[in-house]
Amino acid sequence: MGAQLRVYRQKIKSAQTTKKITRAMELISASRIAKAQQRVAASTPYSRAVTRAVSAVATFSNIDHPLTTEPELIERAAVVIFTSDRGLAGAFSSNVLREAEQLSALLREQGKDVVYYLVGRKAVGFFNFRRRTATQQWIGGTDLPQFDTAKEIADAVVAAFNTPASEGGVDEIHMVYNRFVSMIAQVPEVVRLLPLEVVEGVEAPSDSEVFPLYEFEPDVNKVLDALLPVYIESRIFNAMLQSAASEHAARQKAMKSATDNADKLIKNYTRLSNQARQSEITQQISEIVGGADALATVEED
Amino acid sequence: MATLRVELVAADRAIWAGEAKMVVAKTVEGEIGLLPGHEPMLAILASGEVRITLEDGAGIKASAEDGFLSIEHDVVTIVARHAELV
Repeated sequence: MGAQLRVYRQKIKSAQTTKKITRAMELISASRIAKAQQRVAASTPYSRAVTRAVSAVATFSNIDHPLTTEPELIERAAVVIFTSDRGLAGAFSSNVLREAEQLSALLREQGKDVVYYLVGRKAVGFFNFRRRTATQQWIGGTDLPQFDTAKEIADAVVAAFNTPASEGGVDEIHMVYNRFVSMIAQVPEVVRLLPLEVVEGVEAPSDSEVFPLYEFEPDVNKVLDALLPVYIESRIFNAMLQSAASEHAARQKAMKSATDNADKLIKNYTRLSNQARQSEITQQISEIVGGADALATVEED
Repeated sequence: MATLRVELVAADRAIWAGEAKMVVAKTVEGEIGLLPGHEPMLAILASGEVRITLEDGAGIKASAEDGFLSIEHDVVTIVARHAELV
């Protein structure tokens, strides 16, 4: 077998193996998206109820709660970045990281210090590679987020928020994550978590809806104290679920195009190898014919 | 007779929803019973049992912790970080 032909055969073989892997990953992601979407849907009643309650308290009481009041001077801002643990999902993680970079640049322009909270191995890798530090990081389980992780993250950021900036606390918290729009579109989104902008909630009640006058038990401040961390948790959990669904969708798309590309490669290399085989045969024939001719002329002499 | 619409939701799923005659829950101030026509209220739950009495008199019990309870226009929403039927 000619050298050329052997090289082509090797390339076909390797493309076929890769195709098997990418096809399998595509199918796995496709089946997981449905589950991830169900989880988003399942957590919706909770976040809707929490958002409603927070809106009710916020609209019906003019209290000054530290979580809702804008500080006069913002010294330091925290950015929570939600990426995936694994790659092979197209631009999923890099989109979010790029968005986070833009946000940091903007915040620095406004004279704020930026500290980071990272979720997912990809964000941690990105920071380690650039020798940058992050306050806290969470690795593992980004494709199947647990509520307890969301609670941990919420506790960490709320604790940082409650610490004065002079002691290393933050005055503002943003989060950057991929919002799941559809199977084909996932949009990186920046949301300011604290100080609170309740109106911006995903499940914001419509304007026409009138909230009744609530009685609070034990009192407004205590209720708000208990409610706001829960609200933050549910927003973070929602971001994690959206990010997980987006991750699967992005991976499915990336793996589908990888499979298609492998198909294209196989087709091209098959053509090339056929050509190589054919030209090898042609060459052999002409060598035989030429050899026989040469022998015939020698005998005639 | 008026009934209460009750929704019991946990962080990751809705646990139970339906019509009920009465809801008894434990708030940080103590146990509270809710009947149709109760004034709008938001209360913090203490961890404990929530008892829901259905229209036919049957009862449903659930454990709930870390959450709150709201009632308005005969709609009761019990929201808990961890909750399950017992």
